[in-house]
Parts: sequence; structure tokens; C-alpha cells
Amino acid sequence: MSVKKISKDDFAVFVDALIGKTSVIGVQAKGDRFDFAPLESAKDLRLDYDVTLQPPKKYLLPPTEVLMTFEIGGAYHSQYQDQPFVLLGVHPYDMVAINQMDELFQQDNYDTHYMKRRDNATIIACDVVKPSENVFASSMGTAVVRGGYDILLTDVGGAYVVESGTPKGEKLLAEMKGTVADEAALKSRDAVWSKNEKGLNRHELKCDAAYLPRLLEKAYDHPVWAERAKTCFACGSCNQVCPTCYCFNVQDDVNWDLQTGKRERAWDGCLLDGFTKVAGEHEFRNPRSDRFRHRLYRKAKYVPPKIGGQIACVGCGRCVAACLPDIANPVSVYNRLIDDLGIG
Amino acid sequence: MCQCCAEKKDIYLPQLATVVKAEAMNVTERYLRLSMDDGQFDYTPGQFVEVSVAGIGEAPITITSSPTQKNGFELVIRKIGNVTNAVHNLREGAKIGIRGPLGDGMYPIEEAKGKNLVFICGGLGLVPQRSFINYVLDNRDDYGEVTILQGTKCYEQRLFVKEVAAWEERADVDLLETIDEPHNAWKGSVGVVTKLIPKIKTDLKGAVVLVCGPPVMYKFVLMSLEEYEVPHENIFLNLERKMKCGVGKCGHCQINNVYCCMDGPVFRYSDLATLPEAI
Ligand SMILES: Cc1cc2nc3c(=O)[nH]c(=O)nc-3n(C[C@H](O)[C@H](O)[C@H](O)COP(=O)(O)OP(=O)(O)OC[C@H]3O[C@@H](n4cnc5c(N)ncnc54)[C@H](O)[C@@H]3O)c2cc1C
Ligand code: SF4
Ligand code: SF4
Ligand code: FES
Repeated sequence: MSVKKISKDDFAVFVDALIGKTSVIGVQAKGDRFDFAPLESAKDLRLDYDVTLQPPKKYLLPPTEVLMTFEIGGAYHSQYQDQPFVLLGVHPYDMVAINQMDELFQQDNYDTHYMKRRDNATIIACDVVKPSENVFASSMGTAVVRGGYDILLTDVGGAYVVESGTPKGEKLLAEMKGTVADEAALKSRDAVWSKNEKGLNRHELKCDAAYLPRLLEKAYDHPVWAERAKTCFACGSCNQVCPTCYCFNVQDDVNWDLQTGKRERAWDGCLLDGFTKVAGEHEFRNPRSDRFRHRLYRKAKYVPPKIGGQIACVGCGRCVAACLPDIANPVSVYNRLIDDLGIG
Repeated sequence: MCQCCAEKKDIYLPQLATVVKAEAMNVTERYLRLSMDDGQFDYTPGQFVEVSVAGIGEAPITITSSPTQKNGFELVIRKIGNVTNAVHNLREGAKIGIRGPLGDGMYPIEEAKGKNLVFICGGLGLVPQRSFINYVLDNRDDYGEVTILQGTKCYEQRLFVKEVAAWEERADVDLLETIDEPHNAWKGSVGVVTKLIPKIKTDLKGAVVLVCGPPVMYKFVLMSLEEYEVPHENIFLNLERKMKCGVGKCGHCQINNVYCCMDGPVFRYSDLATLPEAI
């Protein structure tokens, strides 16, 4: 795969041309924060952002999505949205989250709905320029990313170093102006990577992330879960903003004609009331402390074996910012456990 | 549609089945015999299906028939919420959506061969167990002694009354039944199902024990089996959880790290030792 250096102006020209050809979802300002949204002009693109309010997840696993339509008493018909699009400006930690999701939706039972959207997506990732207030990607080993994207951009001052990661990306790269990246540009990119590998760390995990599953092996009955959950609202915000949470509900919606309708899936969250409640009112995981623990166990113990040992928290810090009582921060929970239980 | 999706089937899409027979078993339970419109349906005792009523939703329901019986498959559905209520309104000839069979945790049909079997059923728990019971009775020579314990809350809620009576008649089945609340017409044992455990004639230590009932029942049954030193490897529990997808994606059925819909619903008790959320 090739690596180019392209001036910011030339990149803007490329983006505007891309917008003319396909739907582009790019990072833009939203008040004094940032978010992914349909991009109308390259000048709205903000690749210098710190973190987006919502992860790019919603373009691959929408908050609600029609899985099928049906006729009452008749057959069901799968529904797919079949529109190519470009996700522009995905940070490395969010790219890692997407890579994890790709694996989870493909394994055991292949989810055609997620994968259809994923196959239609072209992802242009970009390295972080400005660390966000709560990022801890360095602690999680997700500050830089080595795969999954079609193109990776790195801001090296006046220009971008652009590398393709897939044949799809290679084709796009060919449409860009610019020159073959020289030694100096590659060195600058290395410098950005080294800086980020250490510098995206507003909360510092006191152990190697790979140790977390073993830490949790001995933490199930630790008082931290109940202590924290005492002030939990069960609002589910920590689930909602998380790039690696993918639990969902399925519900039917009948049309006005009362003859046809659709079955949709919608985001759900393991912190919410009723997540495990069955008819007859029995709730299998009811205490908030158990639900609070379940989220962090999923991130660092339950999901990792399914994704080659990776931790299913990428250190984006969104849940830290989203949690009003300020209890959701995974690092502060894990560090507390390390203080009490030691390492090893 | 892209090539990859064209080849892979939609894991959420129900296939149509026809209600061949439907009848009320009592006020809350309805019996259905279904036949897949495309004819295809192979299953193992313990597996379940997602029953789909368009416009209402889906509910996981265990197959109660045995695969040895070739004429479609049977479900028993308790009316308790939206989907189950809607299913109760279906008449013979109606169409219904089915996904499945689902669940890799099935009854140990091979492993149990040659061994004595003890089925402990609480209420609706008879429904899933019946699949394996009839499988065993249809392959009677492959298995050892068969003991069935059935506990039901009240007399009116007893299920498969004729079939249970037929089992009781058989010399090669030991059937023990109890109801929680006394009733004029009931001459048998009164009390919860655990009361019957001391009456089991089979040597429990070497038996395969299969348990299915409401969530509260498991703890008491297990405590009682502990007294008889039944090895945990020989105990199989059929667990219920909230389910939405049935295919290991939606997260609702998780028991710690395990997905009830994928790894269950039948679990070997010794495999649950590391899962505090199981019982
Ligand atoms: C593996 C398995 C096998 C089962 N087998 C049978 C059976 O053979 N006969 C029978 O009558 N019942 C069975 N149940 C219970 C049955 O699934 C619920 O009673 C049913 O889902 C209630 O749905 P509802 O829409 O009527 O109720 P509502 O309260 O309206 O439920 C809404 C939705 O929540 C979920 N839900 C609610 N209760 C349960 C539950 N107990 N288990 C799983 N999901 C639930 C379902 O997705 C359901 O559609 C089984 C459950 C499981 C998990
Ligand atoms: S758990 Fe929190 S920090 Fe970790 S990926 Fe999810 S939202 Fe980001
Ligand atoms: S931990 Fe915080 S964000 Fe999560 S449910 Fe509880 S209060 Fe809401
Ligand atoms: S029911 Fe969805 S994961 Fe098991």
C-alpha cells in the first residue's frame, strides 16, 4: 500500500470532490464540541477535533434500524440499506472499536445487517491532533491503529501523510494530488505516533491493559461495585456513548394500514432497568451494583476472549464525561482494584 | 445485494410455519403443533425456537416434542405477555414465524445412554423435559431406569395429564407427582417437588439428573441433590433468561460471560461453577 504527502488545500479539494460523488460523514463542530454528521463542504471538516460526542458507531449500528418488513399473518422480508458512504475523521481508538465490532458481528452467527453497512463504508481514519479531556487511549494501547481503515491521515504540520490500508483506500489515494511521502514526512508521522502513544493519557491505568482480565478474576466480590453504584441513576449514558457497547432490543412497529409493519432493532444498555427482566416480573440482574459490574466485566473480561484478547474498552473517555455522578470512569475503578488487590 | 450477504442468510428472519393443531390445555397454557412451510426442521431435545407474531414480536419457546416423532413439532405456550397472548389467539391453519432451532446447549442424548435418568420438573418445566423424556421412551433400550418427578402449583395447571398418566402406567417408568396446593380431586402427594426427591428409587449417585422449572426452584433442588452426592457433572439444568435475538448478539441473555441462547439453554451444572449469576 502506498503513502503520500498531500497539502491541506489539496486534501480539501479531494474532500469536496468526494462529497460530489458520495455521501460523506465527517467530523464537524457542534457548539463548542464535535460530532460526526453529513458533510456538505470541506471547510466544515474539523480534523483537529479532540473527541466526538457520539462515536461513529451509529453509522454502522444505527440507534434504530429496520431489520425486516412484514405483512400481518404473512411473510417477513429482510431490509438492507444499500448506500455506500465515507466516514471521515475516525480516531484510532474508535477505529479499534469498529475493528472489534466487525469481529463480534461476524463470528458465530454472521450479522448481515451490520456487515452490509460495514461493507458499504469507506473509512478515512486520522491520528489525534489534540487529546480530549478524558482520553486514556495510551493506557489501552489504542492511541494509534494499524489496520481496519481504508485510509489513514496524519497531520504533520502543513500537510497530511496519507496511507492506504486496503485496495479500496488505494484507489481513493490515486485520486488525491500530492507526492510520494518523503523521509522527512514519514519521520514527522513517526513523531506524532510516538507522542500519541504516550500522550493520550488523561487517566493513567496502573497496569498493563492485558492484565485486566486477570485482575477482574479476583474482583467479583470487591466492595467497589456497590460503593460506586450507590449513586448510579441507571441512566445508561455510559452504554449509549460507548463505541464498544452493542447490545440491542428488537421491537415491532405496525403501519397505519394495520396490514403491514416493520421489525426494528434499537440500542439497549445493560445498566438500564428491565434489561434482564422477563414476563412475570423476574429480573435476573437487578441490583444496580451488579449491572455496574457487568459493564466493566464485559469490557475487560467477558468480551476479550472473543476478540483475540483485546480489551473491549478503547479508552475514548466518553463514559467518563457522560456520567453525571462521575462513577463510570473505568480507569479509576480498575486502579482502585489494583490498589486493593495488587498486581500478579 | 453484495455477494457476501447474498450467500449468508439473515439470522433475524423468521420462516413461515403453519399451525396444524391448536388447543387449550388449561386457562393459561396452549398447545400448538406446527409444520414448517418449507418442510425443513431438524432439532435435538432441549433446543428452542423464536416464535414470531408479526406486529407483536418474538418469544423464545422450547420445542416440547421429540425429534423421534416426525409429524411437525410441538410447543406449549403460557399466556403471560404480548407475544404469548397473541399466540393464544392463533387458530388452526394460521401462519406463524419461526426462527430456529436455536441453542447449542441441548440434552445429553448420547452421554446419558446406558445410564439411569431422573427428570425433575417444576410447573412449565415439564414442557422442555417432555422432549427428552419421549426421546428416551422412543429409544427405551438405550437408556437405564427412568424416574420423572413432576411438581405443579395447583391441580388445574397440570399439563399433558393423559400422557403423564400413560407414563405412570408403564412398568419401565417411575413417575412421582405432587401439587403445591391441596385439591378435592387430587389423591396424590401435596407439597413442593423437592419433597419427592427422597422417594427416588434409582441410585442418584450414578444417575443423570435433568432439572427444569421456575428460577426459584433450582437452588432448592440442587441443595437437595447435594445431600445425595450427585456429581455436578451429571446434573443438567435448563435455564431461562430474557432473550431478544437468540443468536448471541443482543446481550440480554448473558449469564456472566456465557450466552444462554448460544451455550444453553441446557447447562451442565459443573460448567456453571464459575458463573455466579447462573442460579
Ligand atoms: C430458552 C427458553 C425457553 C422457553 N420455553 C418456553 C415454553 O416452552 N413455553 C412457555 O410458555 N414459555 C417459555 N419460555 C418463556 C417465554 O419465552 C416468555 O414467557 C415469553 O418470552 C414472554 O413473552 P411475551 O411477549 O408474551 O411477554 P412480554 O412481557 O410482553 O415480553 C416482552 C419480550 O421480553 C422477552 N421476554 C419476556 N419474558 C421472557 C422470558 N421468560 N424468557 C425470555 N424472554 C422473555 C421476550 O423477548 C418478549 O417478547 C421460554 C424462555 C426461554 C428463555
Ligand atoms: S468504556 Fe468508556 S472509555 Fe471505554 S470505550 Fe466505552 S465509553 Fe470509551
Ligand atoms: S454509571 Fe453513570 S452513566 Fe452509567 S448508568 Fe450509572 S449514572 Fe448513568
Ligand atoms: S438472546 Fe440475544 S444474546 Fe442471547
